[in-house]
Amino acid sequence: MKQSVRIGSGAGYAGDRWEPAVELAERGDVDYLAFECLAERTIAREQLAMRQNPDRGYNPLLQDRFSAVLPACRANGVRIVTNMGAANPRGAAREVAAIARDQGGMPIRIAALLGDDVGATVAKMPQLRLMETGEPLESLLPRMASANAYLGADAIVLALQTGADVVITGRVADPSLFLAPMLHELGWAYDDYARLAQGTAAGHLLECAGQITGGYFADPGKKEVPGLARLGFPFADIGSDGEVTIGKVEGSGGRIDIMTCSEQLLYELHDPTSYITPDCVLDVSQLSFAAAGADRVRVSGAKARPRTDSYKVSVGYLDGFIGEGQISYGGINAVARARLAGQVVRERLTLRGYRFDDLRVELIGVESLHGPGEGRPEPYEVRLRVAGRTRDRKAAQVLGEEVETLLTNGPAGGAGDFKQVREILAVQSVLLPRHLVQPSVDMIEVMSR
Amino acid sequence: MILHELAHSRAGDKGNTVNISVIAYDDRAFRHICRYLTPELVLRKFAPLASGPVRRFELPNLRACNFVIDGALDGGVTASLRQDIHGKGLSSLMLTIELPEFDTQG
Repeated sequence: MKQSVRIGSGAGYAGDRWEPAVELAERGDVDYLAFECLAERTIAREQLAMRQNPDRGYNPLLQDRFSAVLPACRANGVRIVTNMGAANPRGAAREVAAIARDQGGMPIRIAALLGDDVGATVAKMPQLRLMETGEPLESLLPRMASANAYLGADAIVLALQTGADVVITGRVADPSLFLAPMLHELGWAYDDYARLAQGTAAGHLLECAGQITGGYFADPGKKEVPGLARLGFPFADIGSDGEVTIGKVEGSGGRIDIMTCSEQLLYELHDPTSYITPDCVLDVSQLSFAAAGADRVRVSGAKARPRTDSYKVSVGYLDGFIGEGQISYGGINAVARARLAGQVVRERLTLRGYRFDDLRVELIGVESLHGPGEGRPEPYEVRLRVAGRTRDRKAAQVLGEEVETLLTNGPAGGAGDFKQVREILAVQSVLLPRHLVQPSVDMIEVMSR
Repeated sequence: MILHELAHSRAGDKGNTVNISVIAYDDRAFRHICRYLTPELVLRKFAPLASGPVRRFELPNLRACNFVIDGALDGGVTASLRQDIHGKGLSSLMLTIELPEFDTQG
């Protein structure tokens, strides 16, 4: 067993930059790179893509990302763990194998982690309660696109134990992508909650990549971030006793200090004593950070209670359409003209008999982010935005068209129109007893040529 | 004084709930925030956007308060008609909240 392991964060969302991951693989001295690329709804979208084409259904940027990072990872023995498999981890693994074959060189082993897709299981359990609305799952089943359990680090460890250089998963909890290499390399027991706590806290801090190195942080004049354009991604050094230190590659852009770490620790966290993952219930209420040199922060004091006896399953389903249109007004009386335009669209939709479950008419530049408020100066330019939700695709389309017709049929000076229709992929959750979920591993080996 | 002078902030979404951290720049600012930035005051600021309730969790080690605001995301990321479906821009609204000036004793 190792005394410590260094794990880098190669991506914080599906479309993230990959230069920082290459930088970590080349100069970061990392043992592992974990790429978090799977938002809540992404898996449902990829499930639909796979129905169209059985060879798709995984992260659309996989080819670009792996082509960029694989050479340095193979040269330096950096193992990769990623949820880029989305709805089709096997297909993603085959794609990585093809890239490796094209690049030539040393043999490589790729593992696909399966078992998170529980669509067939929950389809037979219509009585399961949706956590968000309390209604039975049955109400969504006819429109269900996907159902995936958030697997934990123990499942990913199964894949690492095969010796795979690359592990591709579907749905797993984000911090588990990072916790798994710690369990595997440091020999931690899966009920050693003191260590699971520190490891899960480290995973949570790393899972959004650049959001702890100064991304999503700069506020000029108040909070400066040096070299934001070259923002580097973080790594963590984890010791066998559970010591965690966060850092980044020397010379990369950005900053890591107690301020950036504090913002990221509380990101998407509710009750600090109960952050539930498949591995444990994390308590960060007593956690503290300490500066440990330039761009280095030590993390201590994370606690955890035992994991729950169920997996959270996110269920994706089709839920109608959103139509949207935008158009801009500038100069004298811009706000009044934009308000009139909004009223006209609302009236025309009614006159034509189109109904919406919800219709939103707002001015970008005045109230679209923070809602209406008093005492704000009137802007020189504004943009009308109309959005409506409906089960009727035609109505969603007409909404955008009625914003467009403002060009010749609305107030003076409208410009820069835009319209779109998108199908809504909604997500709700159910809890599934652990024993109904069976993770398994599929291997692909590429021999040298 | 404006909260922006005392603290920095980040917002995150989960379902129809947004959480917004408020992290003080120093101990004095943290004491001031704990005293005056009540869940009621926050809900008043967010009234045009959120139904509430608002819960506040204190993390003294980080000089931070975590505000959890329910019913704040227009039904959540999948149903919302808002431009900002994740409520990511709501940390900037939090920082516009006005607080009383420091007491003379600090």
